[in-house]
Amino acid sequence: MKLFNGKGWIVLLSLCGSTAPAMANLNVFACEPEWAALAQELGGDKITTYSATTAAQDPHHIQARPSLIAKARNADLLICSGAELEIGWLPQVLQQSGNARIQPGQPAYIEAAMLVERIDIPARLDRAEGDVHAAGNPHIQLDPRNIKTVAATLQKRMVELDATNAALYQQRYKQFSVKWDAAMAGWQKQGDKLRGVSVVVHHKLFGYLFNWLGMQEVGQLEPKPGVEPTASHLAELLQLLRRHPARMVLRATYNDDRASLWLAEHAHIAAVAIPASVGGDDQAKDLFSFFDDIMARLSGGRS
Amino acid sequence: MYRYAIGCTLVWLGGTLAVNAQAASDNQFNPALSLILAGTYTNLSQSPDNYAISGFIPTGGDVAPPARGFSLAESELAASTNIDPYLRGQFTLSLGADNTAAVEEAWIQTLGLNNGLVLRAGRGFSSIGYINDQHAHAWDFVDAPLAQKAFLGGQYSSDGVQLKWLAPTDQFIEAGAESGNGSHFPGSSRDKNGAGGGAVFVHVGDDINVSNNWRAGISYLKHTVQDREFTDNSIKNTFSGNSGLWILDGIWKWAPDGNGYATNFKLQGEYYRRSETGTLVYNTTAPQSSNYNSTQSGWYLQAVYQFTPTWRVGARYDRLHSGTTDTGSIDINNLPILAAYSPTRSTVMIDYNASEFSRVRLQVAEEKSQINQTDHEVMLQYLVSLGSHGAHKY
Repeated sequence: MKLFNGKGWIVLLSLCGSTAPAMANLNVFACEPEWAALAQELGGDKITTYSATTAAQDPHHIQARPSLIAKARNADLLICSGAELEIGWLPQVLQQSGNARIQPGQPAYIEAAMLVERIDIPARLDRAEGDVHAAGNPHIQLDPRNIKTVAATLQKRMVELDATNAALYQQRYKQFSVKWDAAMAGWQKQGDKLRGVSVVVHHKLFGYLFNWLGMQEVGQLEPKPGVEPTASHLAELLQLLRRHPARMVLRATYNDDRASLWLAEHAHIAAVAIPASVGGDDQAKDLFSFFDDIMARLSGGRS
Repeated sequence: MYRYAIGCTLVWLGGTLAVNAQAASDNQFNPALSLILAGTYTNLSQSPDNYAISGFIPTGGDVAPPARGFSLAESELAASTNIDPYLRGQFTLSLGADNTAAVEEAWIQTLGLNNGLVLRAGRGFSSIGYINDQHAHAWDFVDAPLAQKAFLGGQYSSDGVQLKWLAPTDQFIEAGAESGNGSHFPGSSRDKNGAGGGAVFVHVGDDINVSNNWRAGISYLKHTVQDREFTDNSIKNTFSGNSGLWILDGIWKWAPDGNGYATNFKLQGEYYRRSETGTLVYNTTAPQSSNYNSTQSGWYLQAVYQFTPTWRVGARYDRLHSGTTDTGSIDINNLPILAAYSPTRSTVMIDYNASEFSRVRLQVAEEKSQINQTDHEVMLQYLVSLGSHGAHKY
């Protein structure tokens, strides 16, 4: 074998050693746009953020693309919703990244869902129930209180990983918290009118939102989580709505709208699409306008 | 994340109806287990017992179509988890329909040595080309491309080490080297120190825009072969010498806005070129030896289109070229399998995916891998995944 003599290995290894990254900015790899937006709020121009998904994508169904592996290789901090939301691709990205700093268990690995009180933790774990998540509902970003909780941890980790800019991160975090509390008070006031309103959803995506606003989820278009809506299930849902009327049928902007529109037409209720994350529509440009937009769309859906 | 996946696995194993997924227990450290079950109903116009690829030295191993009628495909039991903060391990046991068990994979891998390095040791699929390091259950067709069968005996794995390095660039550039015992075809088992086979490869890839992404690569696999046996016309022969295989691979994937859940498309192809130089011994009972030289090639191109969340269709075309084979002083007519030929196969498939964990596939193919023979093949396959939710490669 001439291919792999001692010399070849040495050349290859020295090649790799000579490429230590110059730490200009803290590189943040976010699985979802809401965490990229949050990191940007806290880090300003001292960090560079990259979001593995856009709000037009279902983060459960994307591929471990080459570009994601390349971005993960150079990341100093990784923040993802977790709770198995990214289980179909993130483990591959991490394993192939050759980056020890962002592996599970490291301070630079943040699984946001583990920081908040999770809902929908199944009492029964059986795939016959559909694509259930053992750790509970991973879509925590739709409750602004969760955003605040995650911000606290994210700030601490940024300070730990990039001590030179610690004062700046702490200051920006304080500013963000004050601004966020004020904005939340406004959303909650708008939300008073939504308390107790019944809603049908496409996928069990909005649990945290309803929890926060006191809205009632009365049914799902998907017969089981992750299973496509069927004609028979929609017919049953229509029967249910005759007995227990709902105000609207809610979906994420990335969901197929056909089932939603069908039910809206037959049950004479509004079909409302809200962005699942920052960038999900033209209005949701940052975390603040994201929630502004959600509240506006939900309020519009009432009429 | 792993902790909860494990909780899920435990329930599946125990059949328990309700447990707290977070209950503290030693079992929480058990590896994530997954089990792949598959079965096929096959209709063939030619007997798979006589399967051969004309123009190419027989590879042995699992290359023939499934048995006619009902048959069980390989059942795959896999366990994987982190070993400590530095290593993870994976073990895959493959159980054949004939009740034979084989260790398909058993490797340990570093959890990032930093600087983009990943080192793997043990038995594993080689990262040459594209389809080779995918598990059979992740393939888009029931069987492997014809070129994989002719040049690699189906799927190439080795006992050895693999080092991969990812360049610190925004563009994905991965270079890797492998060194192993090389006992799998086109190599042979040998009684010698050192490595029997090795490979080098480079893969590059990127996003074109939010909807389109691609990966392409070049790989070279080299073996020092010692007494690799093959039988032709009931006569046993051996080859010793050097075997080198080049593979060019490329894949392009499209999904509207990158949201592939409902609709997506992929186009994938690989080109193989193998040169073998050495000594051929004809008829090992009354040996006659000569110089042997051959250069052979092949390729496949396949496309798969998912048009609803549950349905996909695909088409594949395979073509091999027996190229030039020089058997020196041995009359090539004594080796009928090496007669010049260009095998082809055309395949179409449609599959239904009720969930992420189950698939039913119908595949129809016309295979002309043997001179003067056309095999009309119809296969109906189910493929399911039990247990922990695995992550798939690109």
